Amino acid sequence: MNKNTIKSYLVNFLAVIIIFALMKLLMNIGIINRYYQGIIVFILINIILAASLNLATGFLGQLTLGHAGFMAAGAYVSASTAIMIKANFGWLPNIAILLISLIIAGIISAIVGVAIGIPALRLRGDYLAIITLGFGEVIRVIINNIRFTGGAQGLTGIPRISTFDNVFWITVLIVFILYTLTHSRQGRAIVSIREDEVAAEAVGVKTTRFKVMGFAIAASFAGIGGGLYAHYIAFLDPNTFNFMRSVEILVIVVLGGMGSLTGSIIAAIVLTILPEALRSFADYRLLLYSFLLIIMMIFRPAGLLGTSEFSWKSIYDRYKYRKESIIKREKA
Amino acid sequence: MALLEVTDLSIQFGGLKAVDNFNLTIDEHELVGLIGPNGAGKTTVFNMLTGVYLPTEGDIKIDGESIVGKKPYEIVRCGAARTFQNIRLFKDLSVLDNIKIAYHHELNYSTFEGIFRLPRYWKDEKTAHENCLAFLDIFDMGDYASIQAKNLPYGKQRKLEIARALATKPKILMLDEPAAGMNPKETHELMDTIQLIRDKFDIAILLIEHDMHLVMGICERIVVLDYGKIIAKGTPEETRNNPDVIKVYLGE
Amino acid sequence: MILFLQQMINGLSVGSIYALIALGYTMVYGIIKLINFAHGEIMMAGAYFAFLIAITTNLPFPLVLVFSMIMAAILGMFTEYIAYKPLRNAPRISALITAIGVSFFLQNLALVIFKANPKIMPELIVKKPISIGALKIGTVTLTTLVLSIIFMIILDIFVKKTKPGKAMRAVSEDKEAAMLMGINVDRTISITFAIGSALGALGGVLYSITYTQVFPTMGVMPGLKAFVAAVLGGIGLIPGAVLGGFVIGMIETVSKAYISSQWSDAIVFGLLIIVLLFKPTGILGKNEKEKV
Repeated sequence: MNKNTIKSYLVNFLAVIIIFALMKLLMNIGIINRYYQGIIVFILINIILAASLNLATGFLGQLTLGHAGFMAAGAYVSASTAIMIKANFGWLPNIAILLISLIIAGIISAIVGVAIGIPALRLRGDYLAIITLGFGEVIRVIINNIRFTGGAQGLTGIPRISTFDNVFWITVLIVFILYTLTHSRQGRAIVSIREDEVAAEAVGVKTTRFKVMGFAIAASFAGIGGGLYAHYIAFLDPNTFNFMRSVEILVIVVLGGMGSLTGSIIAAIVLTILPEALRSFADYRLLLYSFLLIIMMIFRPAGLLGTSEFSWKSIYDRYKYRKESIIKREKA
Repeated sequence: MALLEVTDLSIQFGGLKAVDNFNLTIDEHELVGLIGPNGAGKTTVFNMLTGVYLPTEGDIKIDGESIVGKKPYEIVRCGAARTFQNIRLFKDLSVLDNIKIAYHHELNYSTFEGIFRLPRYWKDEKTAHENCLAFLDIFDMGDYASIQAKNLPYGKQRKLEIARALATKPKILMLDEPAAGMNPKETHELMDTIQLIRDKFDIAILLIEHDMHLVMGICERIVVLDYGKIIAKGTPEETRNNPDVIKVYLGE
Repeated sequence: MILFLQQMINGLSVGSIYALIALGYTMVYGIIKLINFAHGEIMMAGAYFAFLIAITTNLPFPLVLVFSMIMAAILGMFTEYIAYKPLRNAPRISALITAIGVSFFLQNLALVIFKANPKIMPELIVKKPISIGALKIGTVTLTTLVLSIIFMIILDIFVKKTKPGKAMRAVSEDKEAAMLMGINVDRTISITFAIGSALGALGGVLYSITYTQVFPTMGVMPGLKAFVAAVLGGIGLIPGAVLGGFVIGMIETVSKAYISSQWSDAIVFGLLIIVLLFKPTGILGKNEKEKV
């Protein structure tokens, strides 16, 4: 464990605490009102969804168009678990109910992910994308038509137990896990599959295992994101989790940069705020949004950050490099 | 007992018998060349030996253990590593990471230990980092460690691919036309690399090659393949003078 | 039995619309390997063009059709030129996201111009059932079927017999080689978009006549299903799109009639999943193994 790594871990941890404290402060003095707080929570949930999809699509290289399906599975499992716990063990504190529900949602979503992944991951590229699209739609139709989920009328009476605090820290934890996972031996194996599956196999990477693992983890976190969503708005409409939702998440991932978690975070912030900020344009809001999306893709086809991560060090290095080159030029 | 033992290996694609009754034994520390004109079935043999294709008939044994039907990554664990005709590197990753991925098996920490950065993660990663760097140094590529693989010059890319294959600690290394597309200088460097492998690593090498100069210069034994069948076997000297081989290569 | 036959004919009619739209997906995919998510919106635009022409002029149906197809073709070429051409050498997923952006854009443009509530499509084809024995077939159903088949035959002749059609096949086979043979790749891609869009518009007009309405999001579901049809038949293959379109149309109609209309989408997508698992490249697709 070298000193620089410890230092960068500490800096990042400190930054997270400062952001959290700042947000809390702004909420307490009323600058961030309930409306803004809602947007922030949606940003955090989108970060979870995008970061988890990035694992499957950006790091593992498997284009997925059914992420909303996993989100839906998690949302409904978590919601009904919480309803059940609330009815039978009402004395439990909210945070315990939330954690239990989310863990169960995460596990079930992972199982769904494995069940879909084992057959689907044999396909490559666009075919995988299409088959996941199919699965996502099937999940939506199932939810729409069974009684347990409240069907097309939606599911009501979900305990409203997601708060800014717990969503924030769960997001931090998930992003941390995804970061450390992708920067470990398992993560290297996952990335090697994206780079060249045949070569990965030829150097001893158990490709099937790591593909299913990456897919399952992505599905599991999407499920947790869905759970947090369910417990925040306390109502679930199956059509929230349609194909367009999957596409929105994918847009965040691609715009941020495939294989860049910090890119996903930045893009989630931008793309969640953008439609809200364009509200004053009323009817032209989504027109403008889609226009900006096209423009951004044309000018930054590899996304905002490409595959690299945002770091203070790289900014510092660039600054230093520029300064040095200026000095060099002046000397010459 | 031979290190690699191939008996009566055949594969059929549709009606075409691409490889027919291929037999080969390679002993430890031996360097064998597999040559033949284009389309003779050399790469197909490789693909069967490394589990990419499933042979229709025959058996392949490494150290007495049959590897037929095993997945490519399982065969790597049995001790056979390969390179590809059209270089397949992890292009967007650094040179060092390319080696580290092949070094995967030497790291033992679990996913959980990795995610939560438990002590074994730090210990394993540190040794892996040092060992992989030292490994690159053997090939004189330490300076390139942090460069993206796709930015290496062609000859170095080949070298990295060979080094990566060796990082899996194989008993036998299979090189698929390593000199393809190289200029004479790069080919010379490649010969040095192969010599280096022979000196520093105690392994056998199976080499597919077009470049006669290279094959004749370094191989101890040569197998000549044509239309999926072995037409000659022997020392470089013997093959060079074999009338069948001359016929295949120069025409009648 | 009569009822079943009736359903089969309805299925064929719906299927022919899917097939027309699927052709656009498949041709574009075949030539630039892009899943053109905006194709459903081109279809919607075609329907709106027809609607506009029909309410402002007194032109007969065939002319309305031709003009709306031409306008859609121009729109298709325009989107290609503006949004996809700059990304031809970018990662494929970026082009995919751009296509999604274009799809959003066209949808919202229609929303701004025409508002969300559906417009009633004028009765371009006189509706009266034609009886064949006990079988009653609507004129709309029949026209749809006949027109689709005519245009599919024209497309087939175009692709096989004409110079631009051959250029199209060459580009989809190998872009670099086609370029070396002196084929104007950019123009060929443009033509492909034009033809795909025109066929999509034809599908859109027929669809809006069948369901008598036009609305901004009308392209989404038929677009998605036509895309499924293209993949089911084998994406990139013209006969595949036609076959896939008819299969999807039939299955959808039959499952709506005999199983449940709520579950019919799940059945369609479920079928896609099953086919892909057993035949990853679609019904007519060839299995290609990556060369090692």
